[in-house]
Amino acid sequence: MGPYLTANYAEATAMIMFTIGFANLLLQKNLIKKIIGLNIMDSSVYLFLALKGYITGRTVPIVVDGVTSTEAYINPIPAGLVLTGIVVSVSVSALMLSLTIRLYRRYQTLNLDEISMRLKKEGL
Amino acid sequence: MEMVRNIPFFSIMLAMFSGPVCSVLPGKVARKVNAAVITVVMIMSAVLLRYLVINGESFVYMMGHFPAPWGNEIRAGVLEAGMAMFFCIIMLLSVSGGIKKLYDEVVESKHNLYYVLVGLMLSSLLALVYTNDLFTAYVFVEINTISACGLIMIRENGRTIEAAVRYMIMSLIGSAMILLGICVLYDITGHLLMSNIKESVEVLVSGGRYPEPLLCVVALMSVGLAIKCALFPFHAWLPDAYGYSTVSSAAILSSLVSKGYIFLLIKIIYRVIGFDIYRNSGVIDVLFIFGLAGMIFGSVSAIRENDIRRMIAYSSVAQIGYIFMGIGMGTQFGMVAAIFHMLSHASTKSLLFISAIGLTDVSDGSRKFGPLTGSGYRNRIAGIAFAVGALSMVGVPLFSGFISKLLFAEAAVNLTGRMLPVLIVLGISTILNAIYFMKTVIRIYTPVDDSPYPHVHMRQVPLYAAVLVVFVILNVTLGVMSDFITGLISTGLEMFS
Repeated sequence: MGPYLTANYAEATAMIMFTIGFANLLLQKNLIKKIIGLNIMDSSVYLFLALKGYITGRTVPIVVDGVTSTEAYINPIPAGLVLTGIVVSVSVSALMLSLTIRLYRRYQTLNLDEISMRLKKEGL
Repeated sequence: MEMVRNIPFFSIMLAMFSGPVCSVLPGKVARKVNAAVITVVMIMSAVLLRYLVINGESFVYMMGHFPAPWGNEIRAGVLEAGMAMFFCIIMLLSVSGGIKKLYDEVVESKHNLYYVLVGLMLSSLLALVYTNDLFTAYVFVEINTISACGLIMIRENGRTIEAAVRYMIMSLIGSAMILLGICVLYDITGHLLMSNIKESVEVLVSGGRYPEPLLCVVALMSVGLAIKCALFPFHAWLPDAYGYSTVSSAAILSSLVSKGYIFLLIKIIYRVIGFDIYRNSGVIDVLFIFGLAGMIFGSVSAIRENDIRRMIAYSSVAQIGYIFMGIGMGTQFGMVAAIFHMLSHASTKSLLFISAIGLTDVSDGSRKFGPLTGSGYRNRIAGIAFAVGALSMVGVPLFSGFISKLLFAEAAVNLTGRMLPVLIVLGISTILNAIYFMKTVIRIYTPVDDSPYPHVHMRQVPLYAAVLVVFVILNVTLGVMSDFITGLISTGLEMFS
């Protein structure tokens, strides 16, 4: 276990970041902190994916000097996946932020538990 | 290539582009465009289903110019085409049934935006059904989440926004887990297309390589999708989201959104991981136990509820539990029963939501059981439809719910070890279902003298009445023609592998 962890320290970092983001998204009461947690969680997955696409000693997959051997280049697909993922996470962050603004305008607080309590009192 | 093979691609694109088109149209026109698009997709899916049944084999449709290991693909079989057609029917009925309420609850300038969301939702469901590429599936899972969030909060008040936030939090956790699962799976197999992954996974398993990462992948994807379709311990967001959104949204969310995710899970089980490998992982036992627990606790929560909409919402938790129990049985019979219950629950739950709104409307808009007393007499068609839905959920013969319970029981009898828990929990859950649904039906048919609330006649709400009648017919059709439908499901499942 130990040697694997040190050899793949970057992947281990990604997983630790995932847990941090996950816990923040789930346990924080403040909506903005929840959204920060969401972004940490998503970024960690992209870090993991980007790491897995990189192969030490190889270069970007752009053909120069006529080298067409696949041995010379890294895998470009994870980079494409990361870009797609970033677009998705930007849009969900924007949506979450807009929801947060609406809730803040109504209840003047960012604490989700307090909002739930006030809603129960209103008895809508 | 025959024209009919283009249908999956065209249905996804048609549904997707109907969204942006509706955003610039006035509300009334947008409604017509939306209904037309759903109807066209429904007819096209029916044609495709007929072609596939006659032809007897599934086909793969290449997206773009790159062949299998690199390009993107769509795949259509009997089960996919049938699901697409069924989703369109339920979508059309749910939107038409709740349209009056939607216009009451939402400001007029936002009416056309609802159809944008419905179009996006339909296209993402179709893409989840048809896609053969895991990363495409992830992207459409996110599109589905975003449009579901919009559907919840289109009726803008504090409750729905809070429900939408809670829905988003749970859903985003689910989709991050799915994404991580897909990443790890890509790393150990090197593929994103389902059929290629399956081949690689088989090689990995037979060589005994990467057992732990593979188990992680299975667990991450299953739990991620289970969170998104509100399996028992992850259902906290569900009652508010279904209970306070506008009625069409509640019907669409409960009967289609969760079913789209379950269908994706079934596809992952059969076409990505492989049924036998999935069964031998411990994850299937976890789903089985959560399913059983959900059947009991969902019903108990429903009994304790004093709000008809939230009661129906909690009943969804129990029904999702049934479906996961069927998947968790780990046999072909269990899977057929689970898929039949998906259809049965989709048609019944949307019927219940739509008919409940007719009952609350003739009770001064109150959803508590007190004012609802006798509402079955004030709006007869809604009362009858609610009673049909309730009987079907309890499992009375002739209706679809009976057949799904029968199929679950039959599937359990062939099973050693899991027969007893399934039959016992099925029995308890049926009794609990009967308690809260019969309580409601008796309540709405208890006569009250000189009620202060108005009566609504069928002729005053022709579209609403027609939708309810079609729902009842659909429900009875599923119940009566069950042999034919289970036959189609089995054919479809065989085409999967």
